[in-house]
Amino acid sequence: MNTITLRLKEQPSVPLEVEVLSPDVLKTLSHAEICASSIRLGKRQRRIDDFFEVEGERSDQLEIHGDISRLKWVGRSMTGGQITIHGNVGMHLGAYMQGGSIEVHGNAGDWVGAEMTNGLIHIHGNAGGQIGAGYRGSMKGMQDGAIIVDGSAGLEIGMRMKKGTIVVGGPAKDFTGLDMKGGNIVLLAGAEIRTGAWMMRGTIISLIPIILLPTFHFSCSYSPVFLRLYAKFLGKLGISIPVDPRAGHYHLYNGDTSVPGKGEILIWHPLGTS
Amino acid sequence: MRITGGKVYDPAHGLNGVVKDIFIKDGQVVDLPVDGRTIDARGMIIFPGGVDVHTHVAGGAVNFARAMTPEDHRRTTAFIRSQTTRSGIGGMTPTTFATGYLYAGMGWTTVNEAAVAPLSAKHTHDELRDIPIVDKSCCVLLANNEILLDLLQDGEYEQAQHLVAWYVWAAKAYGVKAVNPGGVAAWKWGKDTGQMTEPVVGYSKLTPAKIVSGLAQIIDKLGLPHPMHLHCNNLGAPGNLATTLETMRSLEGHRAHMAHLQYHAYGGNDWNSMRSEAPALAEYFNTHPNFTADAGAVLFGDTVTITADGPWQHLLYKLTGRKWGNIDVENETGCGIVPYTYRPNNLVNAVQWAVGLELLLLIDDPWRIYLTTDHPNGACFWRYPEIIKLLMCSDFRKECLSQLSTKALKRIHLAEINREYTLYEIAIIMSAGPARALGLPQKGQLGTGADADLVIYNEDDDVQQMFGHPRYVIKGGEVVIDEGEIRATPPGRGLLVKPSYDETIETFLRPKFEDYYTISFDNYPVEMERVEQPTFNNCIETP
Repeated sequence: MNTITLRLKEQPSVPLEVEVLSPDVLKTLSHAEICASSIRLGKRQRRIDDFFEVEGERSDQLEIHGDISRLKWVGRSMTGGQITIHGNVGMHLGAYMQGGSIEVHGNAGDWVGAEMTNGLIHIHGNAGGQIGAGYRGSMKGMQDGAIIVDGSAGLEIGMRMKKGTIVVGGPAKDFTGLDMKGGNIVLLAGAEIRTGAWMMRGTIISLIPIILLPTFHFSCSYSPVFLRLYAKFLGKLGISIPVDPRAGHYHLYNGDTSVPGKGEILIWHPLGTS
Repeated sequence: MRITGGKVYDPAHGLNGVVKDIFIKDGQVVDLPVDGRTIDARGMIIFPGGVDVHTHVAGGAVNFARAMTPEDHRRTTAFIRSQTTRSGIGGMTPTTFATGYLYAGMGWTTVNEAAVAPLSAKHTHDELRDIPIVDKSCCVLLANNEILLDLLQDGEYEQAQHLVAWYVWAAKAYGVKAVNPGGVAAWKWGKDTGQMTEPVVGYSKLTPAKIVSGLAQIIDKLGLPHPMHLHCNNLGAPGNLATTLETMRSLEGHRAHMAHLQYHAYGGNDWNSMRSEAPALAEYFNTHPNFTADAGAVLFGDTVTITADGPWQHLLYKLTGRKWGNIDVENETGCGIVPYTYRPNNLVNAVQWAVGLELLLLIDDPWRIYLTTDHPNGACFWRYPEIIKLLMCSDFRKECLSQLSTKALKRIHLAEINREYTLYEIAIIMSAGPARALGLPQKGQLGTGADADLVIYNEDDDVQQMFGHPRYVIKGGEVVIDEGEIRATPPGRGLLVKPSYDETIETFLRPKFEDYYTISFDNYPVEMERVEQPTFNNCIETP
């Protein structure tokens, strides 16, 4: 299948804003038009081919090679197609995304999938903070879709998220699920402190014990029925979580009672642990 | 400059669509033909420039609202710096320069910032100076000023009168605003006022009714050109019609401007039974010519509510669970800010939407009710053309009514009203009327000697389109908007009055500042240099 391939040839001196790097924009453009598309280097207008070698045209399949950790807004508001990045990528990847998928073979910056409404983002390396979050002042963060980070994640992931799934393979930092309004966050390797602070609704699942705020209260120990269904959904994304009651059970904590919220934190306890 | 062949709507002179040439010299309308540019206005409609009697566009509270709503700034259109304009953003609380561009772009040339805490008056004037093109006046908040309330409680009206005049001049204000009299003072104790005749929390015998009538009396005695600008107690509460009528009765024999009357015309006992009492309020209002009012109309959509009424805003925050800002302005007043979305499927919002329009349609005399949305509380000012369409087209109203629930339709009277505003009446409620209420003889009219502030529209059956996109806007004799383009951005004038007071009031005040204020007495008054192109209006001679 036809693919547009971009290879970074020169590292920008300051961050580049590249919201044109979205299948929605590129799928109708000829090779020359892609080369001439404007991007902003700081406050200056530049062309894509000032920084990239461009191959291909008119495709919703986009491949980017090189360390683009100084490129912001890749895939902003995209509604379909696929972006594959071989290298690290900068802030706001897939922000406001409405559909399609993004795969990163490398690390990503902060605000991955911020305020996205649908679609799939898979980061094979580590990601920064505020994944799937709502921007400052916004009432809600991501509203659907899925973000998978194989590595670690930064602060405030899933802040004010309303719906959708965030899975983090490595440890997450402080304030995971801050002011969360709904949706699910799965922590395969736990998180640092203040997880679920101010959460109103939604579910945070941790496969290892985590430090909880005093405003979360132990409710019960059980094997949630919905989790078996949810595990099937996660299985399709290549994520496996334990649901067999013979192997262990989940401790349910409710909070954050300081808000007061009706969120839940589920912590996996294998059989034989307290 | 001469403008030829246009249909002139100048209600102050009874001109109802009369084809007439207008001559402009040195920023004023003149009698005799003059040289210079000729604008061919054949097929066009000419109005005096719009006058907004009640808006919130500058100062601490507005700025706090801007800071609280970055999500609105991201989605709104930006003004990009050009040869004539500075950068800025529109949206729910536009930035200073953008405020001037948006008002002028719509044909409004004079605005009255309705709520200035004296303590933040310097900030307000600094922002007003940065609002280009339009002329600006402002009202100073006094009905919860504890120094004044103490005097009113002790019956020292003469001293209180000097104090009011001193504050008006210190704040370089044009009028006096009373917000929830006594209620904001009570809010400092975590309370609100209940009844008009019950003492305010923290006072032994001072009641809201006494504050209201006392202030009205003082303002009449001072002869301020604009009467007391009153935001009644119990704003927004179901069943508040009783409070509003009681307030109006206590003002018999005095002038008063009732601000955003829409928020004060509700029946019912709670949010579920809330209904419109616009007909009852309009009936009282129609028979009492001592009042003027502005609509404070609501339109569905996102906005941010800003008011000195701190206790009400706390209640609104509890109702919405959204963001809340609260400011305590020392011993003067307070302020609350809550972003809000009016929705047609919300019963309370549907009633509010209808009440604003019902008051505009049921109050017979357009010279006494004015077009406002209490910007940004009911809707943003740049949505005025939508309200004009609702007033002029009953078919459009019926279309809008169809999105309301049947439950809501039982609570309102709008469906039964068939009145349609004429262009002449629109010219009154958007310009001639508010100019008269503000006591600005040079505004809202196009007679000889008037300020040459006028707006020229291409005649169009779609009135929303017509009023939203003037062909020309002329301010002070200069074309500022031409076919939607901003051509010039002259600075606006600062409209002021200087009521007289006994200088010895300063001897009384100075120790109070030492005791109660965080700012020294000498640093408190706004310096003249902060007001751009100060233009003085005279106080009315009192018998």
